[in-house]
Amino acid sequence: MTAMLNVKDLRAYYGQVQALHGLSFSLNEGSLTTLLGANGAGKTTTLRAICNMVRSTGAIEFEGKPIGTRSTENVVRLGIAHVPQGRGTFTTMTVEENLQLGAITRTDKKAIVSDIERMYAHFPVLKQRYTQQAGTLSGGEQQMLAVARALMLRPRLMLLDEPSFGLAPLIVRDLFGILGKINREDKVTILVVEQNAQLALELADQAYVIETGRIVMAGNAKDIANNEDVRKSYLGY
Amino acid sequence: MELFVNQVLAGVATGAIYACMALAVVMIYQAIDHLNFAQGEMAMFSTFISWQLMQWGVPYWGSFVLTVGFSFVAGIAIERLLFKPLAKAPILTNVAGFIALYAIINSVAGLIWDFTIKQYPTPFGSSPFLGSQLISTHQAGMIGLTILMLVLLFFFFRFTRVGLAMRAAASLPESARLVGINTSWMIALGWGMAAAIGSVAGMMIAPVVFLEPNMMLGVLIYGFAAAVLGGLTSPFGAVVGGFLVGVFENLVGTYIPGVGNELKLPIALALIITVLVVKPAGLFGRPIIKRV
Repeated sequence: MTAMLNVKDLRAYYGQVQALHGLSFSLNEGSLTTLLGANGAGKTTTLRAICNMVRSTGAIEFEGKPIGTRSTENVVRLGIAHVPQGRGTFTTMTVEENLQLGAITRTDKKAIVSDIERMYAHFPVLKQRYTQQAGTLSGGEQQMLAVARALMLRPRLMLLDEPSFGLAPLIVRDLFGILGKINREDKVTILVVEQNAQLALELADQAYVIETGRIVMAGNAKDIANNEDVRKSYLGY
Repeated sequence: MELFVNQVLAGVATGAIYACMALAVVMIYQAIDHLNFAQGEMAMFSTFISWQLMQWGVPYWGSFVLTVGFSFVAGIAIERLLFKPLAKAPILTNVAGFIALYAIINSVAGLIWDFTIKQYPTPFGSSPFLGSQLISTHQAGMIGLTILMLVLLFFFFRFTRVGLAMRAAASLPESARLVGINTSWMIALGWGMAAAIGSVAGMMIAPVVFLEPNMMLGVLIYGFAAAVLGGLTSPFGAVVGGFLVGVFENLVGTYIPGVGNELKLPIALALIITVLVVKPAGLFGRPIIKRV
């Protein structure tokens, strides 16, 4: 397997404050990787740095190309979809317009129409509400919409920032089931940042644990789940 | 009764101009959250360009189209050169930028074309419209052109991909970048469109107020009043606000003794303040529905 995303010595800053202290990791093509860590560990910052939404230094390579100096929209155009924390829903627009926006960089109109149908098949609740203002959807529905919007890009790599945040446990199960399916069937490489470590480790095949801006553990998701330190700190038993 | 109907129709006609200015103001406000104080001067300069073209022998509609095109490009250029560098600057810096732009355009127009008033032609003629004494063909033309422009804009924003991208960039810039929209160029495009809309307003009002560098001052203040009344977040509201303000201005001027032309501007300002106190979002400023 080849590395699709290679991050070396990533340091990120908010003003004078350094949030990442030389992070290195890589994602294999087709993998589903999770990045675990406590509040403030730097998980969100890592995702934001990949999309150049925060000032950072270090090398980020996507499919062999350095992307560190590209603007956010040009990173996205390479096929990297980012579902941000808080979902980033265009609340004043309809569900269907949100999906259209996900495909705004594409020019293949027919395929866009069939992709929207595909999203309705993945997420039937969106079909029932496609003319509705997206801000009126429930939290879970908005998260489905955010994932669907990201998939409309036909991404090679999808970054998800705490997709389980604020959702009922059953809905989280649903959502993670769909993510696994997308990873297997559509061959989308996925990097998911989570606080819900248990679920994330069940879903993922690779895992990294991050503490105060540094990677402290890396490996197979099963091994990490069985690690005693991780169990005590993140799984709570 | 005749006088009343007459004044209402005349109000609708000038209201069409206010509507255009309000629309231009709202387009830029949506893109960068600032009121463009130089919108009127940009429109005035465009109108002078069309006048100059006609002096050189270009027919009316030819110079009209060329001027709209010139204004679109000039609007983009102003954004790129002046306001893009100010994007992250504090509000006051931006306000200073707008005032500088106002002063520069006003003086340059005076320098090139001097401050004497000039006749400006109307393509619609000024005979009574459909034989009625109430409204002239020029006024009817102004109303028609405004409504046509509004319909075109509606279709642009509702049914084209660029329109959708512009709306997305205006409502949530960060999310817009995350779907691959170049938000910076969407702002420039908004400026270009606002300048083009303003140029139409200038060319339509010039036959009424005569062409000179200060001709848009009062018009812009009424445009602001219209935008505030309709809601700064709603292009549709801006247009409705424009027509309402036009009618209101005319009726107050006619029926309230003592309010002649001199006191018309304070009335616009009073209207702005009243709306901001009573209903800050304006008539059509959309309250965003949100569920957590």
